[in-house]
Amino acid sequence: MDKIVNREALVGELNKKFGDCAEIFEDNTNQSIKVKPEKIVEVMQEIRENPDYDFKVLMNLSSVDYPENFTVVYHLNSLTYYHKLTVKVELDKAKPQVPSITSLWIAANVQEREVYDLMGIEFTGHPNLKRILLSDDFDGHPLRKDFKN
Amino acid sequence: MLKTQELTLNMGPQHPSTHGVFRCVLKLEGEYIRECVNHTGYLHRGLEKLAEARTYSQFIPYNGRLDYVSGMLNELSYVQTVEKLMGITEEIPERAQYLRIILGELQRLASHAIYVGTFALDMAGFTPFMYAFRDRDRMLDLIEAASGQRLMPNYMRIGGVAADLDEEWFKELEILMNDMPACIDEYDGILTGNEIMRARTIGVAPVSAEMALSYGFTGPNLRASGFDYDLRRDEPYGIYDRFKFDVPVRKDGDTYDRYCIRVAEMRESVKIIKQAMKDIPEGPIMAKVPKVIKPPVGEAFHRIENSKGHLGFHIVSDGSTKPYRTRIYSPCFVNLGFLPTTAKGLHLMDLVVALASIDIVLGEVDR
Amino acid sequence: MEIFNTIANGLRDWLMGSLGFSATATEIITTAVWTLVAILFVMINLIILVWMERKLAAYFQLRRGPNRLGPAGFLQFPVDIVKVLGKEDIIPANADRFIFKIASTCAFITSLTAFAVIPFSEGVALLQNLNIGIFYFIAVGSTATLSLLMGGWSSNNKYSLLGGMRTVAQMISYEIPMVFSLLGVVMIAGSLNLTDIVNAQKNTWFVIPQLIAFIVFFIAATAELNRGPFDLAEGEQELVAGYMTEYSGIRWAIYMIAEYGNLVASSAIISIMFLGGWNAPFGLTFIPPFLWLMLKIYLVIFVFMWIRWTLPRIRIDHLMHFGWKFLIPVSLANILVTGIGVYVYRMITL
Repeated sequence: MDKIVNREALVGELNKKFGDCAEIFEDNTNQSIKVKPEKIVEVMQEIRENPDYDFKVLMNLSSVDYPENFTVVYHLNSLTYYHKLTVKVELDKAKPQVPSITSLWIAANVQEREVYDLMGIEFTGHPNLKRILLSDDFDGHPLRKDFKN
Repeated sequence: MLKTQELTLNMGPQHPSTHGVFRCVLKLEGEYIRECVNHTGYLHRGLEKLAEARTYSQFIPYNGRLDYVSGMLNELSYVQTVEKLMGITEEIPERAQYLRIILGELQRLASHAIYVGTFALDMAGFTPFMYAFRDRDRMLDLIEAASGQRLMPNYMRIGGVAADLDEEWFKELEILMNDMPACIDEYDGILTGNEIMRARTIGVAPVSAEMALSYGFTGPNLRASGFDYDLRRDEPYGIYDRFKFDVPVRKDGDTYDRYCIRVAEMRESVKIIKQAMKDIPEGPIMAKVPKVIKPPVGEAFHRIENSKGHLGFHIVSDGSTKPYRTRIYSPCFVNLGFLPTTAKGLHLMDLVVALASIDIVLGEVDR
Repeated sequence: MEIFNTIANGLRDWLMGSLGFSATATEIITTAVWTLVAILFVMINLIILVWMERKLAAYFQLRRGPNRLGPAGFLQFPVDIVKVLGKEDIIPANADRFIFKIASTCAFITSLTAFAVIPFSEGVALLQNLNIGIFYFIAVGSTATLSLLMGGWSSNNKYSLLGGMRTVAQMISYEIPMVFSLLGVVMIAGSLNLTDIVNAQKNTWFVIPQLIAFIVFFIAATAELNRGPFDLAEGEQELVAGYMTEYSGIRWAIYMIAEYGNLVASSAIISIMFLGGWNAPFGLTFIPPFLWLMLKIYLVIFVFMWIRWTLPRIRIDHLMHFGWKFLIPVSLANILVTGIGVYVYRMITL
C-alpha cells in the first residue's frame, strides 16, 4: 500500500506559515488535504521545496464534478520518501476559478488545459488557456454532469 | 539585399512520422525551427466520459484503445485501480498475479519493439524496423493465443485474469524468451552501433534531470535523464517485489539515451518473464468477486509502470455500479508537453527523431 | 560487340542503297533508331531493377517481396506501370502548371541523354568515340538538379520546396568531389574518351591504383543519385516525399524511371572508369564483353541497394560537413598523389 505523509504535521505547518489555508480532508484514502483555492500556488511551492516533504512529482491533475462543488485534485509524490499526498481544492459551482500551477510544473500546463477543456474550470494565470482536445468552437464542457449533447 | 522570410509549416495530422494524428505547426528559418505549437485531439473519443456510462467491467476493453500498442498493461493499470478501490488487492490468486506479470512484460517487450522499429524508421532505417516487427509478431502471437486478440487483449479481469494458460503456451513462450537476447543483439548490431544513427541522436534534444521532472516525464524518459526511479522496484505493485531485475539508467537524457534505455529494458523484461515462468504456481485464476461490481463510496488513484511512463487511473465511486468519474493520467499526453520548448533551434530532421524518442501513441494522447 | 555494328551498318546500307535516302537522312534515321534502342535498354533495365530492388530489400528485411505476378513477382512492375497510366493526372490548384508538367519529363530526358556516351563494348555507343566522353557525362548529369528543383518549386508545396532546396545544396556539393575523383583516372589514362579509358585498363583496373578515388566517387555518386543514406531530397520521414510530394500517376512514375535510369548510368560509369569496363577479368573471355559490362553494372547496383537498405539517413548538416570538409580534401590529395605518381612513372619509363 502507499506510504502516507503525516498530514497533521503538514497541515499545521502550512496553516502556521500561510494563515488558515489547509485542513485535513477525510475520505477513504486517508491521504487528502483540502486547500483554499487562492492559496494553492504558495502551498504547492512550499511542499515542493520543503525538504521534509519534497513532493517533486505531480503524479496527476484531475477534476471531479460533485453535486455541491467542483473539485480539482492534485496527486503528489515524493522521490525521496515515496510518500503520497492528495491535495483537493473545492471550487464554486457558478464560477470555478483556481490559480494555475504551471509556474511550478510544466507538466501542469497541458493537464490544466485539459481540465479547462473538458470540465470548464478556469485556471487564472495560465499562459495559454485554450481548448486542447476538443475543437475551438465546441460548445460546453463534456465531463460536467449537466452536459447535454 | 535578399529578403528572408519565415516559413510556417503545418506538420500533420497526416504526416509519415507524427506517429498517428498528432499535428504541430512549425515556424521555420531555413530548416531550423524557431517555434513549435502542438495541436492534439484528432483522435479524441471521450473515453473518460464513456467510462461514466459503463459498468466497471464493461470499461476493461476500452483500455486497449488507449495506448493501442500496450493494451495488456493499460488493462492491468485499470483493474488494479478498481481492486484498490474495492480493497481486494490482497485477494488476487497467486497464479493470476504471475500471469499478469508475464503478459504485462510480454506486452512491454512488444511495445518497446515498436519503439525500436519506429525510431529507426524515422531515420529511414527500414531494415531495423522489420527486424523489430519480426519479434513483435511472435509476442503478439502469444498474446493472441492467450486472449484471442492481438492488440486489444481484454484479458485482465477485476480480481484475476480471463483465461488460464496451458503447458504448450509456456513452451512457446520459453522458446521466444530464449531467442530474445540474440534478437536484441541484432538491434544493437544494426542500429545502436551505427555511425549515422549515433551522429543523428547523440546530443539531440537533451532534457536535464530537473527539466524532466518539471515536464512530468515518467518511465523510460525520466530514467534516460538520470533519475533512478522505477515503480516496479521502488513502489512495487502486484508481485513485482519478488523478481530480481536491474533498472537501466542513463545520464544525458538525449534521444540516444532514450533509445538505449528501451533496448536495455527489453533485456530486463526477458529476465522478469523467465523468473516468473519458473516460479508460477498452480491454482485458481480469479478471486471471489461479486458478479455485480459495486465498490464502496470513495476514490482511488493508482498508477503502474507502463511502457511509455506511469499510466494512472483516478476513479471516484459513488457506490453504484458505474464509476462517478474516471480520470486517465496519460504519460504520452504529458510527455508531449516537452516538444514546444525543446524543438526551438532544432533541425527539422531532428524534430522527427526527438518526437520518436519520447514514444508517443496518439490513442493515449487524445484518449 | 560485332553484332551491333553489323546491324547498324546493314541498316545504313539498306536505307542508302535499297531505299535511296540521302546520307544526312540516313544518319538521322540511324540515330533515331539508336535512341529508341537506348530508351528500350533503359526500360528493360528498369523492369529488372525495380524487381531487383524490391526483392533485395525484401530479403534484407526478412520478407518475401512481390511474389504473385509472373515468376517470382517479376511482372509486378510492368503491371504497376499500366495501373499508374490509368490514374488521374492531378495538378495542384496553385501550381506553376507548365513547369510542373515538364519537370518530370526533363528528369527523364537528362537521365536518357547520359546514355549517349556510354560505350557498351568496343565502339558501341550512341555518340561513338566522343573525345570528351566523361566531360559530357558530368555536364549532362549535373542538369538533373534542375529538373528536381523545377518539380520542387512548381508544386507550390512547402515540403516540395524544402526538398528542392535540399537537392540543390546536396548535388552542388557532391558534384565537386565527384569530378575531382574522376580526374585521377583521367590523368592515368591520359584521355577523356571513355573507350580509351577502358582500353587503358587492359592490364590493371583503375580501382587498384585509384582506390581512394573509387570510394570518393562511389559516395558522391550515391549522393548524386539521391539514394539512401543520402536521400534527403525525398526525405520521407520529414518531407513526406520531398520534391515528389504533389506528383502522382504517370508523372510520378516518370520521376522514378529517371531515377533508375540515373542509377544505371552512374553504375555504368563506375564500371567503365574503375572496374575495367568490358575487359574480362582472369582471362574469362568466353563471356562476351557486353555481358561483362552488364555484370559489373549490376554488381555496382547491388552494392548501391545494399547500402540503401542498411543505413539510416544522414542529417543535412553532416552531409555538407562530410562533402566539403572530407571528400573534397581527400579527392584533391588524391589528384596530387596521382600527379606525382604519373610524373615519376614517366621519368622511369622514358
